[in-house]
Amino acid sequence: MLAMIGRRLLAALPSIAGVIVVTFLLTRLLPGDPAAYFAGPAATPQAIEEVRARLGLDRSVPAQFVGYLGDLARGDFGLSLTTGLPVLRELINRLPASLELTLAGLLFAVAVAVPLGILAAVRAGSWIDHATRIVATAGVSLPTFFTGLLLVHVFYSVLQVAPAPMGRLDVFASPPPHITGLYIVDALLTGDAATAWAALAQLALPALTLGIFALAPLARMTRAAMLSALGSDFVRAARASGLSRSRIVWVYAFRNALLPVLTTLGMVFSFLLGANVLVEKVFAWPGIGSYAIEALIVSDYAPVQGFVLTMALLYVLLNLVIDILYGIVDPRVKLES
Amino acid sequence: MTLDPNPPLLSVEGLSVAFRTRAGEVKALERVGFAIGRGETIAIVGESGSGKSVTAQAVMGILDPAGRVTEGRIGFGGMDLLQASPRELADMRGRELAMIFQNPRGALNPIRTVGDQIADVLARHEHLKGPAARARAMEMLALVKITDPRRRLDAYPFELSGGMCQRVMIALALACRPALLIADEPTTGLDVTTQAAIMDLIDELGRSRGMATVLITHDLGLAAEHCRRIVVMHAGHVVEDAPAEALFAAPRHPYTARLLAATPRPGRRLDDLVAIPGGLPDLRRADLGGCRFLDRCERAADPCRAGVEPVESAGPGGPRRVLCARPLEEVAA
Repeated sequence: MLAMIGRRLLAALPSIAGVIVVTFLLTRLLPGDPAAYFAGPAATPQAIEEVRARLGLDRSVPAQFVGYLGDLARGDFGLSLTTGLPVLRELINRLPASLELTLAGLLFAVAVAVPLGILAAVRAGSWIDHATRIVATAGVSLPTFFTGLLLVHVFYSVLQVAPAPMGRLDVFASPPPHITGLYIVDALLTGDAATAWAALAQLALPALTLGIFALAPLARMTRAAMLSALGSDFVRAARASGLSRSRIVWVYAFRNALLPVLTTLGMVFSFLLGANVLVEKVFAWPGIGSYAIEALIVSDYAPVQGFVLTMALLYVLLNLVIDILYGIVDPRVKLES
Repeated sequence: MTLDPNPPLLSVEGLSVAFRTRAGEVKALERVGFAIGRGETIAIVGESGSGKSVTAQAVMGILDPAGRVTEGRIGFGGMDLLQASPRELADMRGRELAMIFQNPRGALNPIRTVGDQIADVLARHEHLKGPAARARAMEMLALVKITDPRRRLDAYPFELSGGMCQRVMIALALACRPALLIADEPTTGLDVTTQAAIMDLIDELGRSRGMATVLITHDLGLAAEHCRRIVVMHAGHVVEDAPAEALFAAPRHPYTARLLAATPRPGRRLDDLVAIPGGLPDLRRADLGGCRFLDRCERAADPCRAGVEPVESAGPGGPRRVLCARPLEEVAA
C-alpha cells in the first residue's frame, strides 16, 4: 500500500514538472507590465527600468526560468509584490480556508445528491425522479457567482438570517487556535461552540453555492449507476433468493454503483477547486482562490504560479485518494498493480 | 374438479404476460400451461425469444417492472403465487423456490465474497448469523463439490472460473432446501466437460433432496438426457408437452419435428440437419392468431387460421398435449 502510494507520487512528477513550465511561461506571456505597475503611474522610464532590474525581469526568459526552478527547489515560492509577504506562507495560511469551503460544499452536495440519485433510480419515472432531474439541471445551469449573489440577496438582504458575506468569521470575533486550520473543526476541538456556530453561519452560504453547482453531476451519476446496478443479473438473482428490498438496494446495488459515483466525486472535487475562485471573491473568503485572482489582476506572477502549483499538487493527491477508495470498495482493483 | 390424490407441486395455468415497450405491447406469453410434480424433472425447450425465461421469471415473481401478468394462475404447494403478497412471495423465494441463471458470474455480486452471499440467503430465511451461517455456507460449497471450501468462502466471483461460479450459484440456491429449482440455461457458456459436471450435480442433488427441477434450455439433447418430460415453447406458446421418449419418437407439433430435425445426434451428419425457416413472429402484432407458427409451417392450411385449442391425448409414459390444428400423426404404440 505504502509502496503503491510512493509509486503513484513518483508517476505524478512529470505532470507537476509540466505544470511548472506552463505556469511560468503563461505568466510571462500575460499582458501587462508588472514593473510599470509597481513603479506607479508617475514613474519615469528610468524608474521603471530600475524596478524591472530589481524584480529580475530584465534577464532573459530562460535565465528567469532557471532562477525560478532554483527557488522552488529551496521551497521559495517568491514574494508577492502587492503584500510583500512570501507566497508560500500566504498559501499555507489561506489553504485551510479554501479546503474548508470546498469540503463543506462537497459534503452538502454528496448528502443531497446521493440520496436523491438513489431515490430517483429506485422509483424511476416517479415525481421524485422528475424533481431530481429539475434540481440537477437547475444546479448545473446556474453559474456559481450568480447562485452566490442570489443566496446573499435572499438570506442576507431580504430574510436577514445569514451573516454578512465578509469572510470566515465576523470581524469582531477572534478565530479559534490554529490546529487544523479549519475554523469549525478547531473551534469544536477546543470546545468553543459559539465560535464553531459563528464559523458555520459564515460558511453556510458559500458552501451551499458550491454544493448546488456540484449536485447535478453527482445526482445524475448516482441515478444512472443505480439504475444499471438494479437492472443487473446479480440483483435479479438476489431477488430470486428472496433477499429484502433494503439489502438488495444497499448491499447489492448501491455498493456496486459506488464505483462510478466515486469517479464522478473526484471530478466534481476538481471542478469545485476551480469554481472556488469566483465564490471566494463573492463572499470575500480569504482562500487561495481570491488570493490568486487579486494577484492575477495586477500581474503579480509569484502568487499565481504558487496557486497553480498548489492546485496541481491537490489534484495529484485527490486522484491518489480516489484510487485508494476505489481499491477499498472494489476487490477487483488490486492496489499493488 | 376431482380432488387429485397427488397434486402437482407447481401448476401453471393459462399464464399470459405482456411487456410494455415504446413500440407497443409485446405479448410475450399467451395462455402458457404446464405442471410439475414433487421431485419431477421437466425441461422447457425453445429457441431464443420463445418465452422460456419469461415463464421462469413470472413463476419466481421477478419479472422486469415493464412486464405484467395479464391472466392465469401459478399454483404452488396449494397456493396461487399470483395472489400472494409481495412479502409472502419474498419469503418463499430462495426457500421454497430457487433459481439459477445463465452467465453465473454475472448472477453473483461481483464485489461480495461468495461466502457472504450464501450467508445473506441463510440470514434471510433461516436467521443464521455469523459463524453458524459461515459453517453452513461452507457445507454448501462442499456439497456442490468445490475443493477447499474453507478457502473459497472468502473468494470473490472474479477469482473463480465460470463452472465454479455456477457451483456457487447452485449452493446459494439450494442453501435453504427449496422444493423447486428453476435452472435457466445453467450450462450456457460453459465448456462441455464443465457442462456435464454441472448437469450431473443438479441431477444428483435434485434426486437426493427430492427436489423438482425445471431445466430451461435450447438444447434438446440436454433436455432428453436429464428430463422425463419436455415442454416445447414457441413464440410465447406451449406448443407441445410430452414425455421425453414419446416426443423424440414421434413429435406431434410441426415445430417440434423441425426442432428435432435441426438437433445434432450421434450418427447424423451435419448435412442432415435442417434449419427451421423464418423467424419468430412480431409479438406486438394485434392480429396474432391462435397459432404463432403459422408463417413458418409447411402444413399450414385453412383450419390453422381459426382458433387453436390444445389437444390432449394419452400415450405411453403419460399424457401429452399439442397446440396444433393439424398435428402430425401419432405413431401407434
